[in-house]
Amino acid sequence: MGDYLSQIAELFSQYDIVGAFWVNIQLTFWAAILSLVLGTVLALMRISPIVSLQWAGAAYVNVLRNTPLTIIMTFMVLGIWTQLQISLAQDFATNFFRFAVVGLTIYHAAFVCEAIRSGVNTVPLGQAEAARAIGLPFLPAARLIILPQAFRGAIAPLGNTLIALLKNSTVAVAASVSTETATLMREMIENNSSVIFGIFFIFAIGFVILVIPIGLLTTSLSTRLAVRR
Amino acid sequence: MRTRHAGAAVLAALTALTLAACGDSSEIGADSTTTDPEQADTNDAGDTIRIGIKYDQPGLGYQDGSEYTGFDVDVATYVAEQLGYSEDQIEWVEAPSAQRETMLQTNQVDMIFATYSITDERKESVAFAGPYFVAGQDLLVAEDNTDITGPESLEGKNLCSVTGSTSAQRIKDEYAAGVQLLERPGYAECVTALTAGQVDAVTTDDIILAGLAAQPANQGQVKVVGAPFSTERYGVGLPQDNDVCEDVNAAIEQMIEDGSWEEFVTANTEGTGYTPNASENPPSVDACA
Repeated sequence: MGDYLSQIAELFSQYDIVGAFWVNIQLTFWAAILSLVLGTVLALMRISPIVSLQWAGAAYVNVLRNTPLTIIMTFMVLGIWTQLQISLAQDFATNFFRFAVVGLTIYHAAFVCEAIRSGVNTVPLGQAEAARAIGLPFLPAARLIILPQAFRGAIAPLGNTLIALLKNSTVAVAASVSTETATLMREMIENNSSVIFGIFFIFAIGFVILVIPIGLLTTSLSTRLAVRR
Repeated sequence: MRTRHAGAAVLAALTALTLAACGDSSEIGADSTTTDPEQADTNDAGDTIRIGIKYDQPGLGYQDGSEYTGFDVDVATYVAEQLGYSEDQIEWVEAPSAQRETMLQTNQVDMIFATYSITDERKESVAFAGPYFVAGQDLLVAEDNTDITGPESLEGKNLCSVTGSTSAQRIKDEYAAGVQLLERPGYAECVTALTAGQVDAVTTDDIILAGLAAQPANQGQVKVVGAPFSTERYGVGLPQDNDVCEDVNAAIEQMIEDGSWEEFVTANTEGTGYTPNASENPPSVDACA
């Protein structure tokens, strides 16, 4: 047992495990910001009074939400980069990092959209009617009345989406990001297969440590910021 | 209420099926562990041997419909025959790189022929017979490429290899300056990137590259450079407490002696102009631990 533990300790000095988690955090950070923007736009489209926008928003959500993330990521590299020869940067590392962020963003925007829409459903109909009654058109009504209340009601589902996003950032391996945890785990297993369970355990614990604070934060925020009615 | 009952019934049926499946596989496992080398020459017709191979490496271990082809498959069939198992007594099992040690330790296979390099780290958890082939890391380039002649001409080039593989790690560690590396889950995707012109070379063991180049779809488009810069000694993976290591070694020696080894190499790399590294091949087997 002592021998096993010393082998595990050896792994920490041999590989930059913390650095790999840092790459996942960076992927999550950029994808979270971009998917929040795109998801809000999609949610606006779905609650707008214009039927063609509603239809486009619904189509996006239903297609992207039901496509496996691995396929989106593989398509980024094999479809867009290899076949269409579109690059996002000259340097390989930056290029694939950006493709991974794009892939994570377009996938999770669908979930963000639905989370915000569930927040919109917590806003009583009277609020929209009152906004309309004082003469506000759709966009100002959404910006000033509906969305501020909707976001406060959507914190818990948005937090769940963020947790899913953090864990899904390991799928970046399918977009050839070679510095994040899933790639490092494969390398470590290739070289040290005798401690395979220890390696799995390290990465599982690492993600638990990252996810628990997000869960606690969103739970406390969702109760603190909830609109009391 | 009725639908809920129906759901519960389906769930129960599924659980029963799953459990039954578990029971079955462990029974099979128990049966075929009784492959004792003394019995091997006179074993009953019903006895089988489970051999782990790659299913996705053309020219080495490849599942083509219900057929299995490649150099590893040919060698495994020959060795199994020497151990007293005919071709239809072999049960092929897929052995992906990352699972090979676990499959041997948990007795899911009896032996593994899957481009399995003999290393000291691996010897801590499994035993090896052989080697039966010495490969070396090499480069696969487009047919009309003339400026890549070996690892020293890679400056400023883009390479592709399989995620986390030893080949990819060697490029990162030793040739990282000036080389950009694309990592994909499989070699076929690397060849796609090569033929599309997005990378200049694919790198891994030479015989794997030769197998890729011999594929009908790639023929005439890519070539192996032929300047190996590492030695990978492919061994036969065995459980640590095996008693067949000597017999497997004897079978490998006989295969090299009677010319079958050379025949297998030529047959599986035909049309690519590939020849194995002559200073290392054919190899002489190591003594069993």
